[in-house]
Amino acid sequence: MAEITLVEAVTQALAHELDADERVLVLGQDVGANGGVFRATDGLQERFGADRVRDTPLAETMIAGIAVGMAAQGLKPVAEFQFMGFIYPGLDQILSHAARLRNRSRGRLCCPIVYRAPYGGGIRAPEHHSESTEALFAHIPGLRVVVPSSPARAYGLLLAAIRDPDPVVFLEPKRIYRAARQEVPDDGEALPLDRCFRLREGGDITLISWGASLKETLAAAEQLAEDGVGSEVIDPATLKPLDIHSIIDSVEKTGRCLVVHEAARTGGLGAEIVAQINDYAFDLLRAPVQRVTGYDTVMPYYQLENYYLPDVERIVAGARAVLDYSHGGGR
Amino acid sequence: MHKPRMHLVASFDIAHLQYLDEQGRASQELPDFATPDTLQALYRQMALARLVDDRAVKLQRTGRLGTYPSTLGQEAIGVGTGSAMDSADIYCPYYRETGALLERGVDIEEILAIWGGDERGQCFQHAPEDLPLCVPIATQLLHAAGVGVALKYKNEHFDEPQRVAVASAGDGATSRGDFYEALNLAGVWQLPAVFVINNNQWAISVARSDQTASQTIAQKAVAAGIPGLQVDGNDVIAVRAAVADAVERARRGEGPTLIEALSYRLCDHTTADDAGRYRPAGELERAQKREPLARLAHYLESAGHWNEDAETELQRELAEILEREVKAYSSRSKDRPAAMFEHLYAELPEALYEQHDELAERGGDR
Repeated sequence: MAEITLVEAVTQALAHELDADERVLVLGQDVGANGGVFRATDGLQERFGADRVRDTPLAETMIAGIAVGMAAQGLKPVAEFQFMGFIYPGLDQILSHAARLRNRSRGRLCCPIVYRAPYGGGIRAPEHHSESTEALFAHIPGLRVVVPSSPARAYGLLLAAIRDPDPVVFLEPKRIYRAARQEVPDDGEALPLDRCFRLREGGDITLISWGASLKETLAAAEQLAEDGVGSEVIDPATLKPLDIHSIIDSVEKTGRCLVVHEAARTGGLGAEIVAQINDYAFDLLRAPVQRVTGYDTVMPYYQLENYYLPDVERIVAGARAVLDYSHGGGR
Repeated sequence: MHKPRMHLVASFDIAHLQYLDEQGRASQELPDFATPDTLQALYRQMALARLVDDRAVKLQRTGRLGTYPSTLGQEAIGVGTGSAMDSADIYCPYYRETGALLERGVDIEEILAIWGGDERGQCFQHAPEDLPLCVPIATQLLHAAGVGVALKYKNEHFDEPQRVAVASAGDGATSRGDFYEALNLAGVWQLPAVFVINNNQWAISVARSDQTASQTIAQKAVAAGIPGLQVDGNDVIAVRAAVADAVERARRGEGPTLIEALSYRLCDHTTADDAGRYRPAGELERAQKREPLARLAHYLESAGHWNEDAETELQRELAEILEREVKAYSSRSKDRPAAMFEHLYAELPEALYEQHDELAERGGDR
């Protein structure tokens, strides 16, 4: 079996569901003949027709809004935004309608929509092309927010997202779209939403990250291992609803935890994870949970983006601070 | 200065449709549907909408209803639109909608429940596929476009009979991007969708003249390449005729239509508003002379199909219906607190169990 990249796994999942369910439609700007700006929909229009894989006019509010009407009538739209930084015109439709239609209609209508967007920095893109504002969506009741971090998880989680009866914001870490290859059988097997994935076992510290940052987080774990530190690496994958109990299980074992994300720190998902660890596992902690994140700045133009994105050095230093903490020692 | 030579590449006209003038005289031969029975039925529904609005405002004033947006003076638009649709068509309403909802079979009790802070009012037991009332401005126009995509797709792929999406909005909504984006897509994809604009001259306190420099709202269709027309929105015959024609064209695969229905908001924006703060003196009184109910009643009377006795009998019958519905609304049990969790997702995610259970215990659900 050929090994495929994360973006190819996205294509494979889309094709699988387009083939399996005639209610599934793919829509977005340039998703047709062009195959999407990152080629995530490459070949799909040719295979399934322009009625199933639709190029839309250039209007993100429209893309977000018609998906609501399509879903209310039983279709399962998979809508692509070209970059996360261009979702914002669609926020009103996603937050005020997609996330609420089931509740507003007391369950008689629902929104089985997937809103896909490439997200995150690190590809030397122009301004607005490198955003990671997943916390905006994770704050909203009624939504699911999913971030895959490998080809296999991209395939399995996207299948689950498309089959889910509720709206899912599916954020694809474009920095690792083609970073690694993996055998991903096209077996139609979905992965569970709302469940963490443990990517590495270890007993000394829990490292939590998602999306592209896992690449550096896993590298940091490797470096820590050279010094005899066992890191357990957890990928929540579904950021909302959050499977906090799998995180707590790990923290119970390690007593120490570091959260890594490239989004800005204030109000980021790291804050929520720290708060929930405090809720459920304060007594188990041997050190305060720390964060290594993007700064509370505007995402810089690409010449400076590597200063902004958490790198292995910052993650290792963050882990060291957690590991070296001792009660009463002050700072 | 030399004036460059140019040639005309596009031109357009906007037509205005009216059957009954302000005095209730037929200004042209009426359409075939305008039989005495049908006109009496339209009159009845407008009268019922007016009674519901009147009572809703009174319920609000006495603390028994939340904020309420009356349709006073605009009954012909909702009733005309609703009566032009098949029950299988899909309505995507905005929030000022009493007449249309009644036509769609929504219970008065449900309408009152919505504004009485009870989400169960949105269940629309007799219009289960219609979208719930939509409060954010113009967003429902995109939902209608999406519904249109689905209806066209299901017709082509699943052999469903062609149904039509109909949406409504106010004049202020036509300043929003959602409006243009919906019209634009509907034009490009030739969607079975009809967009009805209630131009009641006011978006809360902003007058139509401060909303757009466009001579008509109907002409906003031109940029989207779809038909646009203006109707006398106080003439229920004109509204119904225009919407019915647009719906049938959409059903035949001939694409979308924008209809601007000219009317006047004879009431405050909502019960939370006081139009006295901004409405020019005399405007309300002038507008009252054009209102839709008296106009149709005059026509029916002059044609010998209506009289004082019929009016008295109708008012008695409608009052009875209203009392029954208000009573049903007033005696509704309160929604269970934990219901706020029950329709968030198809299945409650584990992450929410704890919050749900906490509320359920507080609300005595367990």
